[in-house]
Amino acid sequence: MSGDKYSTYTPKTRIERWLDARLPLPRLVYDSFIVYPVPRNLNYAYTFGGILTIMLVSQILTGIVLAMHYAPDTGLAFNSVEKIMRDVNSGWLLRYLHSNGASFFFIAVYIHICRGLYYGSYKAPRELLWVLGCTNLLLMMATAFMGYVLPWGQMSFWGATVITNFFTAVPLIGDWLQQLLLGGFAVDNPTLNRFFALHYLLPFVLAGVVTLHIWALHVVGQNNPTGIEVKSKTDVVDFTPYATVKDAFGILVFLFFFAYFVFYLPNYLGHPDNNSIANPLKTPAHIVPEWYFLPFYAILRAITFNIGPIDSKLGGVLAMFGSIAVLFLVPWLDTSKVRSAVYRPWYRVLFWLFVANALFLGWLGSRPAEGAYVVMSQLATLYYFAFFIIAMPVLGLIEKPRRLPNSITEAVLEKDKASGRGPIAGPETKH
Amino acid sequence: MADLSETSTAEHTLRVEAPAAIEVDVSSLTPGTSLIVDWHGKPVVVRNRSEKERKDAEAVSLAELKDPIARNANLPADAPATDANRTTPGKEAWVVMIQVCTHLGCIPRGQEGDFGGWFCSCHGSQYDTAGRIRKGPAPENMAVPVFQFVSDTKIRIG
Repeated sequence: MSGDKYSTYTPKTRIERWLDARLPLPRLVYDSFIVYPVPRNLNYAYTFGGILTIMLVSQILTGIVLAMHYAPDTGLAFNSVEKIMRDVNSGWLLRYLHSNGASFFFIAVYIHICRGLYYGSYKAPRELLWVLGCTNLLLMMATAFMGYVLPWGQMSFWGATVITNFFTAVPLIGDWLQQLLLGGFAVDNPTLNRFFALHYLLPFVLAGVVTLHIWALHVVGQNNPTGIEVKSKTDVVDFTPYATVKDAFGILVFLFFFAYFVFYLPNYLGHPDNNSIANPLKTPAHIVPEWYFLPFYAILRAITFNIGPIDSKLGGVLAMFGSIAVLFLVPWLDTSKVRSAVYRPWYRVLFWLFVANALFLGWLGSRPAEGAYVVMSQLATLYYFAFFIIAMPVLGLIEKPRRLPNSITEAVLEKDKASGRGPIAGPETKH
Repeated sequence: MADLSETSTAEHTLRVEAPAAIEVDVSSLTPGTSLIVDWHGKPVVVRNRSEKERKDAEAVSLAELKDPIARNANLPADAPATDANRTTPGKEAWVVMIQVCTHLGCIPRGQEGDFGGWFCSCHGSQYDTAGRIRKGPAPENMAVPVFQFVSDTKIRIG
């Protein structure tokens, strides 16, 4: 689907011909974003890749300007952020765009991941595409965590303390690892310095892996709601104008919600405790991470019991990292020959249960770790892992998929015939 | 903002000038009160326990403890976590320990929780009046640092 042998680009001007013979960048853009063939039945769930790209660019741009006004020193950091809010021209806007931008980045990535899980976008030949995406998620998490430490509020400090303490649970090298992360024995100035340096670095690493992710996408081509491979020219449309316009509309709608939060609810997703300066001698009454980490936090706290030689502390840390690690294995856990959940009656039910369960885990993560909440967290954690480790391999063997159309074109035309002028794609295709 | 920068200057000075050991004046502590000092950036609590707190801790048998080791830097590494081993001879009412939860490093609140000792609100660990872990995810008793009474009113920590 890409590469010069398929290229239809013909340079028209002398400058284009000159450039094409030396560095064929216009050809790459033309082939990747103009005539690149995309399945004709892509729905709005497929616009989140574009939305994520916009969010990454936005975070980098606002972040660079914020860094010009921020001072990574424990004695100055908190006040420099307050100065950004009060004295720097449009500083409040930059900071609210950046902090809410992180939240909306995660909203988009979670929808993007669920889209992939629903339509089986991780299945061969897209395994590496999926694994690169999981790497992006990990990079995002590391970047977001370190960014949250920078304002040096109470939640910054204690979030950093709790999360770096996870590493002490690692056998043998745990303490050494934690001290390496902190640059000392406790969260302090060296910690803030290295987190700032890494928070500035990682988004560019992310941009690099995103490039690989898009490259891999353009090699294997996009999946689509039917999960059927593209077979003929009638199955596809040109990226421009079809996908470009659809992506642009999706991005606009997304930015509308983003703007609503930035201008009307800028602190809704944050925590009021972070408006107090970090105090190493006093822990806030309730430490909670940012909302996008809550499901994983609930999984961490669910392991309150020792498992054989693994004590509860290490067990919790393993479960939490395992909940991300298991995503990497999804292409090999799912044994189904059919990609899309549209044609998988049982998988579809268990998928939506998984989504509901993940939201439930998020809610549990915001509750105190006591009483019935602990038991509920344990059950929800059990389902989280069972979905991947049991449901995915077993369903592929016992589930009877519905009849697949012969091609994307057939699926689209059947749908149009059934409804007169139906939508291009949807969850139901009756026969 | 002014008081904030004063605080950080004071901390800074303390850190620069702090030798390995610090001396703490505890003459103000009546039974049932405590104070917290910054030792290497970590809070060390000095508590003059009430009669009831001490009796509660002494009444606990080793079998009831989640962590049976004293975790007292002044004693052998395998000393059992009796109440006496969590204190120092002749000053059994006093508890000196690093008030950092052994789970994930939060600072537990004093005189709270089911055992009247310390309660960590982060993940629900509960310590008794001798700072021993009794319930919740923390694996160990809170650590007792190297310390000694240099006089009746002064403790050297470190």
